[in-house]
Amino acid sequence: MLATLRWVIQRDATLAWRGRAGVLSTLIFFIIVVSLFPLGVGPELSVLRTIAPGVVWVAALLASMLSLDRMFSHDYLDGSLEQLMLTPQPLSIVVLGKIIAHWLVTGAPLILMAPVLGVQFDLPPKALLTLVVSLALGTPALSLIGAVGAALTLGLRGGGVLVSLLVLPLCIPVLIFGAGAVEASITGTSAEPHLSLLGAVLVLALLFTPWTTSAALRISME
Amino acid sequence: MARRKINWYKYTSPASFYPLAGKMIPFFAVITALLLAVGLYIGFFVAPTDFQQGEAYRIIYIHVPAAWMAMFLYALMAIYAGLGLAFNARLWSMMATAIAPTGALFAFISLWTGSLWGRPMWGTWWVWDARLTSTLILFFLYLGFLSLQGVIEDARRADRAGALLALVGAVNVPIIYFSVQWWNTLHQGATLRLGRNASIAPQMLTALLIMIAACWMYSITVTLMRVRSIILERERRAPWVAELLGGTK
Repeated sequence: MLATLRWVIQRDATLAWRGRAGVLSTLIFFIIVVSLFPLGVGPELSVLRTIAPGVVWVAALLASMLSLDRMFSHDYLDGSLEQLMLTPQPLSIVVLGKIIAHWLVTGAPLILMAPVLGVQFDLPPKALLTLVVSLALGTPALSLIGAVGAALTLGLRGGGVLVSLLVLPLCIPVLIFGAGAVEASITGTSAEPHLSLLGAVLVLALLFTPWTTSAALRISME
Repeated sequence: MARRKINWYKYTSPASFYPLAGKMIPFFAVITALLLAVGLYIGFFVAPTDFQQGEAYRIIYIHVPAAWMAMFLYALMAIYAGLGLAFNARLWSMMATAIAPTGALFAFISLWTGSLWGRPMWGTWWVWDARLTSTLILFFLYLGFLSLQGVIEDARRADRAGALLALVGAVNVPIIYFSVQWWNTLHQGATLRLGRNASIAPQMLTALLIMIAACWMYSITVTLMRVRSIILERERRAPWVAELLGGTK
């Protein structure tokens, strides 16, 4: 099973790497959205510091929504998803591999980029660290929850917008705990409860969503 | 007393449920009308004026039932959808589809009336109170369910995809509720609360309970009406529908 998992991750990551532009556009989208806020709100550092956690987190949420479409649709269009579903290995393992690969190419770059954007918003070093940790716990959860939506809307007209409509309300806890953690560390209180809750959401998502996503794929593919 | 055995399974078939629903609708519609009339009469003319909030409090007779119904109907919809998915029963999935618009309507009504009430009471149309926010998110969940089912053309896939979404949403609702509550308490200390600290007058309670019952009956009536048209639409190629429509022509 582990071999299957590794194989799927490797395959998807290689495919994503070959088509780099798509991966990069998610990251660039993230950077641009975050950079737009000072232009809209004004350059006051005190204001920017208070809105920074929310801005970075919402931008990360939107960026991960934007890339969800790519998780299954290419494989669906060229038929390889059907082949993957016919393999004797459990589908949830294949799905988990695809989700991890998706996170590696879309979520992980956001985490690396976030401190730089945080500096733009004049976040203190401790808050920057919390931001990275919260994103590291939160973006995998976003990919996991988003996978259910991506599988449900597979092959539908207007699937890209629809998937956001389905998934965004479900992602609200992740947003609340993620942004809350950063905010707590700015104001000097402990970020730990938020991070623990975020971790709990991640564990729950890790347990249930691969299984739910494979059920959704079966519904969409029949 | 010898009890007649009714074969309940018979009514899980759309063809036999259709006439049954048709017979039940007038019954529930009459009860709805009666309860609404009585509840509104007591609410508007019998129940005393609230000494803190004046007359404006009377909006709770529609606001509270609507908020409750929005939550109950989501749970009910998820249960029907789950049963439909588990047992592959078309009728139950159709029931879930039929409940969704009513639930969304009630969620919207509770937001709307809450905002109308908030204006004179709190001096603002909207506060980011935990309850308000979670009702708003519930409304979004309904919208997601409705739009997913609306986009999928194949009825079978729509049923099953919607069911999965409803179930995932139902699992998420408590998590969302608590996260919103914690978010709120972490942000602001004392939130605005419903202004009545003392227990409410008995007439107020009576009116409220009658209105809740009326909203239940209304939901049942409307859901049955909607499920009848869904049955007709989906089964339009079935012989019994042709017979039915041919007969009424």
